[in-house]
Amino acid sequence: MTPAGWVVMLISCGTVVALTLYCYYRVLATPSSSDHLHAPLEIDTHDQDT
Amino acid sequence: MARNDLTPVLARPREQWASKIGVILAVAGSAVGLGNFLRFPGVAATNGGGVFMIPYFISLLILGIPICWVEWSIGRYGGARGFNSAPGILLALWPNRVSKYLGSLALIIPVGIFMYYVYIEAWCLAYAYDYLSGAMAAYAREAATEQEAVAAYQRHFADFVGMGENGFLVRGSLQKSVVFLVIVFIINFVLIYRGLTKGIEMFSKVAMPLLILFAVMVLVRVLTLGTPNPEQPDKNILNALGFMWNPKTGDQTIWQALANPEMWLYAASQIFFSLSVGFGIVLNYASYLRSDDDVVLSGLTASSTNEFCEVCLGGLITIPVAFLFLGPESLNKDVLGSSFSLGFIALPTVFARMPVGALFGAIWFFMLFLAAITSSLSMLQPAIAFFEEGFGMGRRVSVTCLSMLAAFGSLLVVFFSKNLLALDTMDFWVGGVCIFILATVEVILAGWVFGIRNLRDEVSRGAAMRIPGFFWFIIKYVSPTYLLVIFGLWVYYNLPTRIQDIRSMSSEDRGTVLLILSFLTVLLICFGLLINLAGKRWRAEGRLDGLTGRPAPEPRPAVRERSVIP
Repeated sequence: MTPAGWVVMLISCGTVVALTLYCYYRVLATPSSSDHLHAPLEIDTHDQDT
Repeated sequence: MARNDLTPVLARPREQWASKIGVILAVAGSAVGLGNFLRFPGVAATNGGGVFMIPYFISLLILGIPICWVEWSIGRYGGARGFNSAPGILLALWPNRVSKYLGSLALIIPVGIFMYYVYIEAWCLAYAYDYLSGAMAAYAREAATEQEAVAAYQRHFADFVGMGENGFLVRGSLQKSVVFLVIVFIINFVLIYRGLTKGIEMFSKVAMPLLILFAVMVLVRVLTLGTPNPEQPDKNILNALGFMWNPKTGDQTIWQALANPEMWLYAASQIFFSLSVGFGIVLNYASYLRSDDDVVLSGLTASSTNEFCEVCLGGLITIPVAFLFLGPESLNKDVLGSSFSLGFIALPTVFARMPVGALFGAIWFFMLFLAAITSSLSMLQPAIAFFEEGFGMGRRVSVTCLSMLAAFGSLLVVFFSKNLLALDTMDFWVGGVCIFILATVEVILAGWVFGIRNLRDEVSRGAAMRIPGFFWFIIKYVSPTYLLVIFGLWVYYNLPTRIQDIRSMSSEDRGTVLLILSFLTVLLICFGLLINLAGKRWRAEGRLDGLTGRPAPEPRPAVRERSVIP
């Protein structure tokens, strides 16, 4: 294994692992749209009933 | 209420994903397949090793990820207008008479690939079973040398798939590969029959983590092998990793090596096939999202999962372990260039010589089976969606119709088993040519017909992260150009050889190729006719009314205010 081989392997694998971990962190940390947006709008408050 | 192009959707209940992680794992499962573990390492090792990673990552950036975002966003766009199949989605994207027929490619590609892919999936399960039952070791028990072991596994594979002559199904005895094909077929259809969330999503949520766990177990074993044979100190893990990752330029400089168009062709093709872009599957899967679900982060996460399996697992396992036990002299272009030679002949020889090899062989092939089944599960869903929405058929009727069609195609592949010619022909035309054409159509429709401004509005809806501005330039100009150049190169390098091969074949082999091509042509025409009927039905039902080919306007603030006024 040459130094260039180490560099290519570490950069390739490191980049992919970092990107994957970042993506999953963001996915798990971000609530889905249906969790926080739809429900309040779908509640009928009858505020415009006469 | 003013009518807009979302109206038809809001009136009808739709099948939808149960969770965000579910759809990501389902898409990633669809992308992660045998190519990640068998094709990528061989292609990288024979095309410059470490140097190959430069065009590979560039292709990921300007081809893979942009097309992935395009497919996710236009799929969701079509889904929001009540269409889950590619003909409907493309019609929603570009409302005119011809657009829906372009979607026929997105039906024939996954169905056609399913017909032979499910057979390869059966081989993986059968090999895993043979390792557990001890049969795999017996095939090469009498082999004294490494070459004899390779020859023994080669004979076993040829006999197992019936490479010697056609008529594999009617040999008079029940073949093991056919038994496993039936088992795999049943597993696939039970899961597909259960539906999107209870079948595909549920299975993907279990199978994907399991697949990665098994691959990591094999990886740890490989990285801790050290020098398996002290009498051959050169065959150690560091040299094995070097064989895969060292930049190999020969007498050339790195720039001269990078100027080789074949390397770019292989890199782009690998990214393209590996991410499953242009298959029509992502279009269909994304159509089950809600209209304001994120597509940017989800698409990137699914792609990065695929890359993790390919670069970090496939790249660190397959070639290094083959090097350790077979040595560089056995890893020639013939072995590395063929996924079947590498996966079903070279690796069994490796596991036969590895300590506790039977266990790791079973884990490895079961992991490949999981990678394959998560892909095959996704392949029929686009056509099922088309039958459901095009003809009002229920899921169970659609699945039954498709299972008969897929079974017929699979039986053709199994019957015409000589040199796996039927399988190879389907793979070249459906899994190669058609995919390039569909991806080009998609990216041109999205970037030029739908328009970058509309696409940006559509992608941004509900996005959990912002796409950097330069990607819009890439999607409009660079991706289509790069795709067309790569397709041109691919045709230039492959088509003449393919035609020459057909000319020099025996009449029996030529007959097989022509039969498979005729079958695919008839299938394509049938899908075209069905799309025509479905189009008339959609028009009669008024489902095409209000299609504008533009994103719907953002919800008006007044709607939000209404719910909070006391």
